[in-house]
Amino acid sequence: MTTVLNVEAVNRSFGERQVLKDVSFTVESGRLTGFVGANGAGKTTTMRIILGVLAADTGTVTWCGNPVTREDRQGFGYMPEERGLYPKMTVTEQIVYLGRLHGLGTADAKRRTATLLERLELTERANDPVEKLSLGNQQRAQIAAALVHDPQLLVLDEPFSGLDPIAVETVLAVLRERARTGTAVLFSSHQLELVERLCDDLVIIADGTIRAAGSRTWLREQYTLPRFEIEVDTDAGWLRDQPGVTLIELDGHRAVFDLAAEADEQPILRAALDRGPVRTFAPIRPSLAEIFREVIR
Amino acid sequence: MTTLQAAKLVAGREVRVKLRDKAFLFSTVLLLFFTALGIVLPMLLEGGPTKVAVTGATHVAALEQAGLEVQTVPDLATAERLVREEEVEAAVVDGPRVLALEEAPDDVVSALSTSPPVEFLEPDAVNEAARFLVPFVLSVLFFFTTLTFGVQIAQSVTEEKQTRIVEILVSSVPVRALLIGKVAAMTLLAFGQLALLAVVGLIGMRVADVGGPVIDALLPTVGWFLPFFMIGFLMLATLWAGVGALAARLEDVNGTSAPLQMLVMTPFFLVLSLQGNATAMTVLSYIPFSAPIAMPVRIFSGEAAAWEPYLALAVLLAATAATILAGARIYQGSLLRTNGRTSYATAWRNSTPVV
Repeated sequence: MTTVLNVEAVNRSFGERQVLKDVSFTVESGRLTGFVGANGAGKTTTMRIILGVLAADTGTVTWCGNPVTREDRQGFGYMPEERGLYPKMTVTEQIVYLGRLHGLGTADAKRRTATLLERLELTERANDPVEKLSLGNQQRAQIAAALVHDPQLLVLDEPFSGLDPIAVETVLAVLRERARTGTAVLFSSHQLELVERLCDDLVIIADGTIRAAGSRTWLREQYTLPRFEIEVDTDAGWLRDQPGVTLIELDGHRAVFDLAAEADEQPILRAALDRGPVRTFAPIRPSLAEIFREVIR
Repeated sequence: MTTLQAAKLVAGREVRVKLRDKAFLFSTVLLLFFTALGIVLPMLLEGGPTKVAVTGATHVAALEQAGLEVQTVPDLATAERLVREEEVEAAVVDGPRVLALEEAPDDVVSALSTSPPVEFLEPDAVNEAARFLVPFVLSVLFFFTTLTFGVQIAQSVTEEKQTRIVEILVSSVPVRALLIGKVAAMTLLAFGQLALLAVVGLIGMRVADVGGPVIDALLPTVGWFLPFFMIGFLMLATLWAGVGALAARLEDVNGTSAPLQMLVMTPFFLVLSLQGNATAMTVLSYIPFSAPIAMPVRIFSGEAAAWEPYLALAVLLAATAATILAGARIYQGSLLRTNGRTSYATAWRNSTPVV
């Protein structure tokens, strides 16, 4: 697991509006990096700059230590935000075509396309024109188009939007497989629960600046508050009088409370046990959605 | 992968898609059909050689030599009956006298008489109909092909832009490879279609037995028309790609390509309406946008000196180089601008090719 893609201090303006401000983050090989941000935060612009579809005003994007070249990009796979394949070409034909544009030989491209369509459960529609496919299947074809040349870096803009839950699982599995074989995967999504399940690393962007970046576990620790949940058999109102406790929620037998920084949670547990059986006593880990809200505030 | 390799792949796709496009195939077949029909139909309507009845054997040889269909009959009464019943157009009876219903049959009369030889001081090899028809057909061909193929180039560019597949393409191959591949493919197809038409046309004329002089005059004309056509097409093709890139949606193509449509239509109408005016035609045969029609027309009518097509071709080549640069600049400056129609000025200014 090494850093392969390095986005360094990238700035970009459209007219008067600066949409990216000193954007820096890294993507590691063999890991899934989630790229999270509200609409208009700059995710797509960043991805387009990585792919060379858009130029950065200042800043650099490097691949394995050197500025990205066209040859490097031949080894990238890209799924743009607004989906597009040739409507009248068949699924197989265009995936083979895109594979060839990424440097594959004809026979190789055909073989890989067939395997990939099988894996994405799209073989039945392989010879249908794309415009005849359902949106979900078009999406799978689009993913196949990004994967056909076994890219070293996969950049997927909202890969899960428009997929039904079963397709989401298929695509998830495929992306995990790719990461296991060493591919670096950068994907954006606004479905935070999905990102939470899928990604190893996380980059959070808001208003064109990177607000947080790092491994999911690390971010979790950073943003975990000393917050606990307790459930007892009797009324939990006594918690109010414990030193260092700030009650967040009290609902009869159940309560959520924050603990002052210097306080220890064990005396609280003991105090609870003195009053009767304790059914639950656990720290509350923030969900990604909560961290996200916290970070972009 | 080199730009050339990428361009070849792009061109290959364009050709394959087009060759399977039913509308394209249908229009090609229709065009060939009408070409063949246009040449063969007059012959069919003419209805074959004149039939003539003859009594006795004296004039049979002379009549047959004139290409008439001769029917020998035993006597005057039979000959007269055949003429009355319109079995034959005329009868030659002893005398010789010619029997006809109400109109003197010129071909029969001239077959039986000797006329003094006529020597033309300024031979006009080509007949009146051909003199009108050839410029018209050449103009229509160039006009029709550049317009239909041009619009298709523009639409195919816009389609890639509208479906955003262009983002995937541009991330893997250079923008100019896309442009070169597309323009090369369409030029090839247009030229192929034209060559097919030319072959069908020439075969048709042999079959229809159009007079040798017309074909003799046509061969150099068509021979020159092909290079003029190809370069003239290329000159416009890159511009068509440019206006296609200006549009964000297929609906915009008509608007962004309006100036180009004028550039195709104006020379067409000018050549057709000014073909009697030698000075105007000379000027038109050097202006790059009308040269592909006007110069071959002047060659056909024998007005152009031998060196003239070379000069006009050189001018056309220079203009083509310029339009390719301009078209490429507009294409690059607008291909990735996806929000709405791009103006010519914006495209021109923003032509910073993305790495």
